[in-house]
Amino acid sequence: MSETDAIPEFKRAGPRNEVGLAGGMSALAAGPGIRSMGEVLAIVLVAVVIIGGTELLLNIFAVPQYVLPKPSEIGMALITDFPLIAPHLGHTLIELFAGFAIGASVGLILAAVITQFPFAEKIITPYILLLVTTPMLALVPLLILRFGFGYEPRIIAVALASGPMVMINAATGFRRVDRGKIALARSYGASTLQIFWKVRAPMALPMIFVGLMVGSIFGLLTAVGAEMVGGGFGLGNRLTSYSSMIQMPQFFAVVLILSILGILIYVLFFLLGKRFASWEA
Amino acid sequence: MSGAVSGGPKLRVRNASKVYPTRSGDVLAIDRCSLDVEAGEIVSIVGPSGCGKTTLLWAMSGLHGLTSGEVLLDDKPVKGPNPEIGMVFQEANLLPWRTLDANIHFPFEIKGTKPDRLWIDELLNRVGLEGFGSRMPRELSGGMQQRAALVRALSFKPSVLLMDEPFGALDAFTREEMNRLVEKIWLDAPTTIVLITHSIDEAIFLSDRIIVMSQRPGRVASIHNVDFPRPRSLEIMATREVFELTNTIKMEIVGGQQSRYAAQDTPVPAPAA
Repeated sequence: MSETDAIPEFKRAGPRNEVGLAGGMSALAAGPGIRSMGEVLAIVLVAVVIIGGTELLLNIFAVPQYVLPKPSEIGMALITDFPLIAPHLGHTLIELFAGFAIGASVGLILAAVITQFPFAEKIITPYILLLVTTPMLALVPLLILRFGFGYEPRIIAVALASGPMVMINAATGFRRVDRGKIALARSYGASTLQIFWKVRAPMALPMIFVGLMVGSIFGLLTAVGAEMVGGGFGLGNRLTSYSSMIQMPQFFAVVLILSILGILIYVLFFLLGKRFASWEA
Repeated sequence: MSGAVSGGPKLRVRNASKVYPTRSGDVLAIDRCSLDVEAGEIVSIVGPSGCGKTTLLWAMSGLHGLTSGEVLLDDKPVKGPNPEIGMVFQEANLLPWRTLDANIHFPFEIKGTKPDRLWIDELLNRVGLEGFGSRMPRELSGGMQQRAALVRALSFKPSVLLMDEPFGALDAFTREEMNRLVEKIWLDAPTTIVLITHSIDEAIFLSDRIIVMSQRPGRVASIHNVDFPRPRSLEIMATREVFELTNTIKMEIVGGQQSRYAAQDTPVPAPAA
């Protein structure tokens, strides 16, 4: 064996034609990696300066609480009012999980099935695009009319918002498989099912994770939006309620909780992607 | 050389034609190709690009059927993927999410059989990949990837190896190294090999016979016997005989193309009014 062969040549294997709504796995892989102590220090310092600076400026200019509460007030509200907010967080999470589970499952199955039939795919794709581009929030008033003020309209809205997003990305993933790899499996006598599980599915996995991530964030967005439209519970409902009562520290505490929720979702899928689809990064 | 069960050719293609339906009408990819490959023989197929070499090879492997004609392996028609046939594809075609070992086990997973680890380790050893089993494909160089693909194809001991421009994506030096490796493996245990290549040098270095195909629709234009002794050293490859054979084949391929251009330049007669 020659010397040059020992040098790993980081050549990207396989096609790179991801054209989904999210920019492929790179969207996930561009996330945080391992950092040095210096970097951690810099990050903390910047955070302190921003939060402390905001606190200081709001104090100096004596900005009233109902315009913009100070970070310290938001923090206090988060601690003191958390017991009041927590049940609403629970409601939002239930809607998100239920809606996302339904939407993602249907989306994944549809993507797996229609990519096997190019003709069916051509017919269905415009409708999926329509579902992706239509804000499902627009349907919430109608859904409330039909299903009342309970979980149902929200879960349906979340499913409708996240499902097509998962589907369109997963379909892009399933389509990526090149003729060569299918021929390889077929040359060993692989069945259609074997080709699906051993070639198409693993190849699609990175894009599936992208779809799940984007879909779940869209689901969160829709859940909160639907709660703002109607019904007496959920974090979205708290936002309208606190703002109508001009309880700005509590309002921002809820916004903060939503931000953290979004980040946790992102990190979850980032880690899942890293664990199961690292071969592509 | 005749090791086939019946004493006839190991692999036999008879009057193979294949038509591809396309938007602009049917395209005849290969037209009544016939060739025999003896057991333990290395046969190369060369020809201008688009002449149907791959179409012919895929038909031999059972990956796709023929419009007419047939392929016989040990006198039995090849109707689909056959465990006696190993394929090596253009580029290494490793599954990027599997380690090298998992890639080599892939055929066994599909077939539902247990991999012969002893034989695989021997193959890995022979191609210089011992100890790389847990590496991912992207951690390997192009040459190493193609060697892994070779091990994968040989892992289940096929009696025929079909190679579809296997080294086309490699640089010239790695390619020569791969050629010497194939020769070595073949000298150790002569397998029947059909090789598609764009490189006449590669064809001469490896083959017992070279089949030149014509411009599309692909037909067998000529067959050249290559009788140089093995292993084929650099000295042999630099002889006048090799040079002349190279030129003859090159002229056949390029000449066929020139005549095609000439034909296109002839003015089309105006239709009768």
